[in-house]
Amino acid sequence: MAKTHVTMRVNGSEVEGLVEPRTLLVHFIRENLALTGTHIGCETTHCGACTVDLDGMSVKSCTVFAVQAEGSEITTIEGIANADGTLSALQEGFRQMHGLQCGFCTPGMIVRAHRLLKENPTPSEEEIRFGIAGNLCRCTGYQNIVKAIQYAAAKINGTEFREAAE
Amino acid sequence: MNDMTITRAEREAKLEGMGCKRKRVEDIRFTQGKGNYVDDVKLPGMLHGDFVRSPHPHARIKSIDKEKALKVPGVLAVLTAEDLKGVNLAWMPTLAGDVQMVLADGKVLFQNQEVAFVVATDRYAADDGINAVEVEYEALPVLVDPFHAMDADAPVLREDLEGKTEGAHGPRKHHNHIFEWTVGDRDLTDAAFRKAEVTIKEMISYHRTHPSPLETCQCLCSFDKVKGELTIYGTFQAPHVIRTVVALIAKIPEHKIHVIAPDIGGGFGNKVGAYPGYICAAVASIVTGRPVKWVEDRIENLCATSFARDYHMTTEIAATKEGKVTGLRVHVLADHGAFDACADPSKWPAGFFNIVTGSYDFPTAHLAVDGVYTNKAPGGVAYRCSFRVTEAAYCIERAMDILAQKLGMDPAELRLKNFIRQEQFPYHSALGWEYDSGDYHTAMKKMMDTVDYAGLRREQAEKRAAFRRGETREIMGLGISFFTEIVGAGPSKNCDILGIAMFDSCEIRLHPTGAGIARMGTKSQGQGHETTWAQIIATEIGIPADDIMVEEGNTDTAPYGLGTYGSRSTPVAGAAIAMAARKVKAKAQMIAAYRLEVHEDDLEWDIDGFRVKGLPEKFLGMKDICWIAYNAPPPGMEPGLEAVSYYDPPNMTYPFGAYLCVMDIDVDTGVYKVRRFYALDDCGTRINPMIIEGQVHGGLTEAFAIAMGQEIRYDENGNVVTGSFMDFFLPTAVETPHWETDFTVTPSPHHPIGAKGVGESPNVGGVPAFSNAVNDAFSFLGSTHIQMPHDFWRNWQAAKALGAV
Repeated sequence: MAKTHVTMRVNGSEVEGLVEPRTLLVHFIRENLALTGTHIGCETTHCGACTVDLDGMSVKSCTVFAVQAEGSEITTIEGIANADGTLSALQEGFRQMHGLQCGFCTPGMIVRAHRLLKENPTPSEEEIRFGIAGNLCRCTGYQNIVKAIQYAAAKINGTEFREAAE
Repeated sequence: MNDMTITRAEREAKLEGMGCKRKRVEDIRFTQGKGNYVDDVKLPGMLHGDFVRSPHPHARIKSIDKEKALKVPGVLAVLTAEDLKGVNLAWMPTLAGDVQMVLADGKVLFQNQEVAFVVATDRYAADDGINAVEVEYEALPVLVDPFHAMDADAPVLREDLEGKTEGAHGPRKHHNHIFEWTVGDRDLTDAAFRKAEVTIKEMISYHRTHPSPLETCQCLCSFDKVKGELTIYGTFQAPHVIRTVVALIAKIPEHKIHVIAPDIGGGFGNKVGAYPGYICAAVASIVTGRPVKWVEDRIENLCATSFARDYHMTTEIAATKEGKVTGLRVHVLADHGAFDACADPSKWPAGFFNIVTGSYDFPTAHLAVDGVYTNKAPGGVAYRCSFRVTEAAYCIERAMDILAQKLGMDPAELRLKNFIRQEQFPYHSALGWEYDSGDYHTAMKKMMDTVDYAGLRREQAEKRAAFRRGETREIMGLGISFFTEIVGAGPSKNCDILGIAMFDSCEIRLHPTGAGIARMGTKSQGQGHETTWAQIIATEIGIPADDIMVEEGNTDTAPYGLGTYGSRSTPVAGAAIAMAARKVKAKAQMIAAYRLEVHEDDLEWDIDGFRVKGLPEKFLGMKDICWIAYNAPPPGMEPGLEAVSYYDPPNMTYPFGAYLCVMDIDVDTGVYKVRRFYALDDCGTRINPMIIEGQVHGGLTEAFAIAMGQEIRYDENGNVVTGSFMDFFLPTAVETPHWETDFTVTPSPHHPIGAKGVGESPNVGGVPAFSNAVNDAFSFLGSTHIQMPHDFWRNWQAAKALGAV
């Protein structure tokens, strides 16, 4: 099948590649760019394991064609850590609050939470739960993911993180 | 090491041993997208395989034409059953003693069954190839309802078994019958029912569902023709078993098979068995001489690889008027689908379902299970539970509520009256198990006190009165579950998989500088073994957990083990870790005695080293002992400090717990709200409380899903109608309730560290708590049992049937 040339900015670097028009963005990211942190869990836009940040929005890269991302700015999980390579507040929050188990949903979840905290820097528990409802987790029951995001919000805002009483 | 400025508490803390909420070492890579899952592995020249699947649930295959597919750009090969017959792999053995088609041989027996395997240069080309394979089918009558599987005129599903009156587990009564399994004393139980003052009888169904880990099943097979070696990367919960099975069926010497299970994105039982994809990818690699990857998509995962449950349990309890149980009789109709591919220990066709007497002192019981074939996907895996234990717990916990209702007793009071008492442990159940330890009354009372059970019942009575007066349309239910699990398979005297005894293993190798590696027969899929296993070692031998690397999943380096499922890792491998550590420690003690110039018996263990009794300043730490062990061992002693342990447990372990669900249901819409969920778990000694709590949260969320809507459902024509995440209920953060966790600690008396295992308890105990809450809510309107799953629609239907709407 004839291939199309695409260019985009991924995690701050210009990238390019040849793709079929039907190539999914997630496959371009995983196969062409070898950024395998973005996962595939359902291929039907339900699970959110493939969530990336595309031009300031959380999108599920399993239902975007690579050609649709032409010229766009993309952040994947590999672009979330601090510039010095240390864990970002969110990554640290997930570890401190035990917000992950098998780790398969985690990249999508963190990338989504990253955008959520930009949209709403001080979300309530309800807003967090609603804000991550497009990302499924089979291991944690979400409770600790909510705490992880609260932890990160507090850290980013320079406020004190208080764990809600059980 | 013996720095006296460091307090004992600081030395303990530095170890991050058992009981510590140690943060997980795995998270460093997972939070950065640096995990290494099967689909992340790429090999040079790698091809992709994908399946042509049957649209029919039951049909004869008239022809398969692969010519057009082979002309599709990028397609290199199309395999069918005929091709596999050449290498005697058209069929494969299942773990349950049955055989299963790898690719459809003459006919298909369930919708989405694997018919042909297309191998191509990339995923897209493989998909193009699938669309070009032409298969001609002749539809056959479809058998969906297991209750009609043994009708005289039921269609013959398994033509390969025609005339076979003996199956892997005894006589077959019908052409669609697989086995009958009976346990207990039938005469004594029948007598108990004849004498009973009160009896109940109910058909309690536990519907078909699916473990559905977020990462599907996948593998990458690479056959090296020159060396004759096969390397398989795969999502395997039990890598060594896969190696042995491949050796047995593919006739490749076992030392030439390398199985690697890298990071696994959840398993929940789905990744225990062997699937056609693994066989086809291996054969395709042998045929093409190139590595072949097979990655299931979600629809294939839900529709083809192992379902769970599908047990239909006719349950009877005999009791006195005062509510003392005197007998239990259960008959199970087990729908196994087209092939019996249950992932149970081989001698247990219904797993450990005979734990169905639960937490109660039944003087007698009898159980019979009939397994049948239907035109549904094969499987019967233990979805986050020990083998068929969640079915058993649901059965008895639902039945106890039904009995309480009939007696007009409070269900908590009925349970307290019938619990096995603390002094009865070790307790021999009527269906053959020896419960190791328990303190049920304490756990139950702690639960009742914490939630103010009496207050909740008063509130419920007020709400019911208000409902009757027409002042509210909301009803309130309290769902109690007091479950006993049986985990840690298992003792070789009664547990094996295809003849392989179900021990597990650990090898500890300490390095000269006082760090080390532990290699395991288990395989984490999210349980956090890299974190917790090191904690056991830290406490046992005083090396900080941070200095122990835990390695799993490589059959070339790991000692042989049976893997991770059925909550067996802590009961079996956890014990192996402690035993290996103690072997290391015994040698360390000899070294310390030599160095400190005392007899070994004059030494005592002190957190991270040995101290001479009565002479606190004479101390030798483990870090120093490691150096000495390699570089200056006592005369006559071999250098080195390492040990391996293969642990064959003397018994299972029996975790238990007391759960309560408080639920409100709107009768006009069927919409429910879980107002409160309290879960008390007793898993014996607690290794990492943070991880335990996380496991309980996750298991409860799965239980919530199963009880409230998650189902693999077939229509009357055998079509799967819940084959994607659109229809298969996986709760999001919005629906998922808030979880309250609590615990008691009753150590296992036979386990080296007293641990019992916890990962599956919340799934086992959670399902009955939710279902009992729904049933309790409706009970005052006259219902005794409403089948799961309790989604809004079914709740509304129940309300309607009871005249409430």
